[in-house]
Amino acid sequence: MTQGTRAPVVQYNYDVIRKFTIMTLVWAVAGMGFGLFAALQLAFPELNFGIPELTFGRIRPVHTTLVIFGFGGSVLFATSYYVVQRTCQTRLGGGDFLANFTFWGWQAAILLGILSYILGHTQSREYAEFEWPIDLLIAVVWVAYLWVYVATLRRRSQPHIYVANWFYLAFIIATALLHIFNNLAVPVSFFGMKSYSLFAGVQDAMTQWWYGHNAVGFFLTAAFLGMMYYFVPKQANRPVYSYKLSIIHFWALIFLYMWAGPHHLHWTALPDWTSTLAATFSIMLLLPSWGGMINGIMTLSGAWDKLRTDPIMLFLITALSFYGMSTFEGPLMALKSVNALSHYTDWTVGHVHSGALGWVAMVSFGSLYHLVPRLWNTKIYSEKLIYVHFFLASIGIVLYITALWVAGIGQGLMLRAFDEYGNLAYTFIESVAFLHKPYVVRAIGGGIFLTGAVLMVFNFYMTIMRAPRMADSRAVLQPAQA
Amino acid sequence: MMKHEAVETNAGLLLVLTLLVVSIGGLVEIVPLFFINDTVEKVEGVRPYTPLELRGRDIYQREGCYLCHSQMIRPFRDEMLRYGHYSLAAESQYDHPFQWGSKRTGPDLARVGKKYSNEWHVAHLVKPRSVMPQSIMPEYPWLLENLLDYSDIAERMHALRKTGVPYSATQEEYEANVERFGEQVAQQLDIRRARESLIAQAEAGNFDGDRTRLTEMDALVAYLQMLGTLVDFSKYDEGYFVQFR
Repeated sequence: MTQGTRAPVVQYNYDVIRKFTIMTLVWAVAGMGFGLFAALQLAFPELNFGIPELTFGRIRPVHTTLVIFGFGGSVLFATSYYVVQRTCQTRLGGGDFLANFTFWGWQAAILLGILSYILGHTQSREYAEFEWPIDLLIAVVWVAYLWVYVATLRRRSQPHIYVANWFYLAFIIATALLHIFNNLAVPVSFFGMKSYSLFAGVQDAMTQWWYGHNAVGFFLTAAFLGMMYYFVPKQANRPVYSYKLSIIHFWALIFLYMWAGPHHLHWTALPDWTSTLAATFSIMLLLPSWGGMINGIMTLSGAWDKLRTDPIMLFLITALSFYGMSTFEGPLMALKSVNALSHYTDWTVGHVHSGALGWVAMVSFGSLYHLVPRLWNTKIYSEKLIYVHFFLASIGIVLYITALWVAGIGQGLMLRAFDEYGNLAYTFIESVAFLHKPYVVRAIGGGIFLTGAVLMVFNFYMTIMRAPRMADSRAVLQPAQA
Repeated sequence: MMKHEAVETNAGLLLVLTLLVVSIGGLVEIVPLFFINDTVEKVEGVRPYTPLELRGRDIYQREGCYLCHSQMIRPFRDEMLRYGHYSLAAESQYDHPFQWGSKRTGPDLARVGKKYSNEWHVAHLVKPRSVMPQSIMPEYPWLLENLLDYSDIAERMHALRKTGVPYSATQEEYEANVERFGEQVAQQLDIRRARESLIAQAEAGNFDGDRTRLTEMDALVAYLQMLGTLVDFSKYDEGYFVQFR
């Protein structure tokens, strides 16, 4: 991050970043709130109050869409616009209108999406439930995003493109590719929401899980690694541990991820060659994943004491540890023999959340605590509250994933158990009854995690309220260091 | 590193190389599935959904059933005992989109058809805990109250026809279907008489137990009752389908 030349005074576009940051907080609380609501319904099914719009099948996509695309998407827009401007030492390319368009367009897509789900309009493709008109809006917004990003890179005042930007750029390109091909569909009518996907059966399943796995690989991993590559060195005030490692693990990660999708379809009617390929590549994927984790954690070498004094560092390093853990668990579950037990159970849900809460949310929280005071040109309201948030988040995650290990492995073992005469030992409903207690503990864990997030929002609210009023939203800053 | 600098200093080159690198995996794994013949087995009996079943399937999607129920039986002993013969690719060849699912909060439904009576399904959907006290499934009483909207059934079938589902729009296509599926099925697949066959199937099947009304329950139960019933596995030797996997 050390640049040789001192850049001239530039006006960064912080206005659009502030807007995305505020929506990040709104969607975080709303999305985790819907998650808690859905978790409680699994433990106590009468909690949908008999309202069709609030049944599990309709709010589960609301939860996933809000946390992945609302919270995750907004924090990625915010941080990528921040990082690309700071590291290129230039204002966002493409003009303010286009950047603002990505903001309003993205928020409109999220809002229309969740409204359409509760009203029963869904493509029934996991994490791609948006019906075709919203898909079109997203495609347009995404092209604008790519345009803004590349235009900014092209007007950079530094010769090199900083590593964080490679990851953000790969995420934007891959997401465009995945979104377009997974949502190919034929609408029933021009004025209706309903459509039927272009592909059927086995090809459709393959396309969807190529999308589904890489929504995790690029939206929730590569992009957040980009975030890590800026905020970890910045907060630690040290250079990235290994430059060579970042090159190798970048190319390996984006190449290997795209092969791993069919491990979501082990033992199904998908041909064996495809799922064997996916299992193989999933194992290999461990290496670049850990490359990123090592590069991030070792950036702190020589400054480990910061873990005692800096709560933001606690968030970032814990996030990297969870990233390492869940990218170890992932290849394990991609083995056919393990998958035979884990697939279709809550083990998968627990695995996703150790990545989503432990890695994605924690690295976002750390980055936001770094970012918000700078965006509003002030100091954080309470450092103590950051510590409280950190411990609530950690306890919440541990309860959550432990409960779902018990639930998933327990149910998997029950369903394949035989009695001494070779008959099935348990009926399906007996395994459902077994899940009740783990489901209650999971909801408690999720509730604790959500409480931490609410504290963060309060902390930011107080921070922003106490910030000096800015005459012009386009703050003029002295970028001594990018 | 050898000349990685060339990529780091050129945004266009970085973009193009990234696009190439991320495209390879998908190309290798997805494209061949459209061209390798054995991917979808040739099996007798598999046919597209009738208009009523299709509307039932739409409702199944609308309510998000796929989030808790899979339709994909794996080739394991416990699944065979619990659900029946493992699922074939051919059995979902007309599924736009597929409904294999990823989570079993409830049991697999790939072969639920004909296992329970219509009355059981209606009672279970209206109040799951009345027939299964430990169930955590939501109640769906409104399926019995909502009249089925089939005003755009022809448009729905036309859209599916565009994706390659053999619904017939002309006499020629109809006759081809007669040859392929037999006359009785071919009539059900004819878009020109979609409404009549939808109403006729609902009246003949009486799925919701009330012949005076055509409800969403009629459509959903009609769909559930045909799931996994199309292939007659007694016609094939044990292990015959292994060659396609």
